Amino acid sequence: MKLNQRLSKLKFLALLIALTPLLTLFSCIDTNEKKDYQSTADIPVSREMVAELTAPPHVPTPVGRRKAKKLIVNMEILEEVGEMTDGVKYTYWTFGGSVPGSFIRTRVGDEVEFHLKNHPDNKLPHNIDLHAVTGPGGGATSSFVAPGKEAQFSFKVLNPGLYVYHCATAPVGMHIANGMYGLILVEPEGGLPKVDKEYYIMQGDFYTKGENGERGLQPFDMKKAVDEDADYVVFNGKVGALTGDNAITAKVGETVRLYIGNGGPNLVSSFHVIGEIFDKVRVEGGDLINTNVQTTLVPAGGAAIVEFRVDVPGTFILVDHSIFRAFNKGALGMLKVEGEEDLKIYSGMQEEGIYQPEGGGIQKMPGVEGSGIVEASAKNLEEKIEFGKATYMQTCFACHQAEGQGIANAFPPLAKSDYLNANVNRAIDIILNGKTGEITVNGTIYNSVMTRQDLSDEEIANVLTYVYNSWGNSKKDVTPAMVRSRRNAH
Amino acid sequence: MVSFFRLILVFLVIGCSNTVFGQSESEMVLVNGGDFIPLYGTDSATVVVRDFKMDIYPVTNSDYLAFVKKYPKWRKSKIIRLFSDESYLGRWEDDLTLGADFLPNSPVTSVSWFAAKAYCECQGKRLPTVDEWEFAAMADENIPDARILKGYNQKILTWYEAPRTFKNTIGSTFKNYWGIHDLHGLVWEWTLDFNSVLISGESRKDVDKDSNLFCGSAAVGASDLMNYAAFMRYAFRGSIKANYTGRNLGFRCVKDVEDFH
Repeated sequence: MKLNQRLSKLKFLALLIALTPLLTLFSCIDTNEKKDYQSTADIPVSREMVAELTAPPHVPTPVGRRKAKKLIVNMEILEEVGEMTDGVKYTYWTFGGSVPGSFIRTRVGDEVEFHLKNHPDNKLPHNIDLHAVTGPGGGATSSFVAPGKEAQFSFKVLNPGLYVYHCATAPVGMHIANGMYGLILVEPEGGLPKVDKEYYIMQGDFYTKGENGERGLQPFDMKKAVDEDADYVVFNGKVGALTGDNAITAKVGETVRLYIGNGGPNLVSSFHVIGEIFDKVRVEGGDLINTNVQTTLVPAGGAAIVEFRVDVPGTFILVDHSIFRAFNKGALGMLKVEGEEDLKIYSGMQEEGIYQPEGGGIQKMPGVEGSGIVEASAKNLEEKIEFGKATYMQTCFACHQAEGQGIANAFPPLAKSDYLNANVNRAIDIILNGKTGEITVNGTIYNSVMTRQDLSDEEIANVLTYVYNSWGNSKKDVTPAMVRSRRNAH
Repeated sequence: MVSFFRLILVFLVIGCSNTVFGQSESEMVLVNGGDFIPLYGTDSATVVVRDFKMDIYPVTNSDYLAFVKKYPKWRKSKIIRLFSDESYLGRWEDDLTLGADFLPNSPVTSVSWFAAKAYCECQGKRLPTVDEWEFAAMADENIPDARILKGYNQKILTWYEAPRTFKNTIGSTFKNYWGIHDLHGLVWEWTLDFNSVLISGESRKDVDKDSNLFCGSAAVGASDLMNYAAFMRYAFRGSIKANYTGRNLGFRCVKDVEDFH
């Protein structure tokens, strides 16, 4: 009995020893697949990986199901001259050579080893404050680096979300105003849900010594920055970074995700896509998901993730819906969607007719008729130009701009315009009937829409005379009779 | 973590002979001393600067070449590592040949504080203090203290933004009230006590009362605009150590007036 007991005990032990590797194996699988960590700080990292960095509007490959890793980020700071808009240069200070800086994509639990390299040709010391960092200065304290030097620090990303990073060297506002900001994404375990297209867009406001459009290398204007009087408000560092050939694209039926950031330094963005409704917005880049949103607020030094399915083809305009910024300061981008029309969702213009309120004849206020208040006609060329200018400022200015310079890649210039000067009748026709489709003006292709303008023959004659007699154009004098003959020609 | 860049006094045996070489005294001008309130410190901290003479131009490549010819220990291949990082005279072809794209009369750059200090001492001069440098540099063409002029500060800020000005030649920027060229517009310049103002690197923290560095810098009114250019200089000085070298960092020397008697 005693011996038996002893034997069975031995057998049991043997069995236990035999099974141990198996048990360990199971527990191993357990740790990898299931383990819930009390804190994201406890997530272990395996292996080392050099982070893929991308310039806007592109983003690196999604993290997918990969495990937390030691992620090496090599970020180079470059101070260099770039183009703000046609003919206007600006000295940008950049993380990775672009404004906004390179997009960094991580997952929660990653241990980021950050190498900040200040190019030897640079003039100034810089550092980086990443809003995704838990620690003093968001890393700024540990990354202050002189030109020609490299600083290294490490941090663990604990909170999923979309975060802004920026330079925080004195004077902080100036470093940000010159373009030193970007986004770092921290994806949750398993990654964000898959979508078809992802893009990186960041708004920023710029302050130049010369007014908007003034040519040449424009220095930063500290006074205007302090007064928050921006000359340019743009997406991705310059006017036209997302229009024309640079437009972002998608196909009908695809889901688009935009990582939207706002570097500031001053202005808050009312981000809106004309003709789309955001199916989902990760408010301020955090966990909260709002649905069916028209316009989302992106704070300076903040971000948002918006998602929407594109259902119909066309060009969708991205704007800061503080709308003068879009049409006068540059905060305008384009999403071009190709694919089949769906007339059920959007019909296009179905019918155009004449609207006669109150059953025919526009009614007039009593006392106006015969009281002698008739809109004055222009008596000479000067008056035509003067009246034409007034019409221009009311009707044309928003798109074609004060000096007829237009908006790069969106609205063609009227100043020194070969297209305009080549054909007066065509110009009259465009005002009368509107214009869509591709045209080439001064060697640049434009493809947008001008609606027909509801102006009288005399107003059209005046405004065209003003335009032809301004900004180096051919000085033609357009008469109401010419306009009338074109109107009747249709 | 505030990292203090403390100035360690290193008593160097320079081993200069008494013969003065390079720029002669005639290429210095007198700066009449006075008092001013620099960027840092408390409101009442007026700093008194005594009369001194300052080099009209920054030290040039050819000046420096003459120096290393005479004092081999400061040559690129000979310099003691403790006195300079690996980038010392980085783009010189060799010990006694300038880089191909270097002009002899461009300011010498990529020299450490130790080297700059030795150069001045070998001429019977010294590096200017931060206060002396700032005092001389607040003059524009016409007045000794132009800091209140908006246009002046804007001009300086514009230079701070312009890339690669270290390739320009000396004398290419304006001559100031004292007759000194290029204090703004070419290169940063070493000062004797460049790290006496402690900047932690986290500039937003430096506005704390206990740091007491930048009076009222948190409140940016229009009157503070004049400080922005200075902020950037102090930030730059705070980012460097005595063995650092930079492509945008050169120097010039000064001399106490008494020595001229």
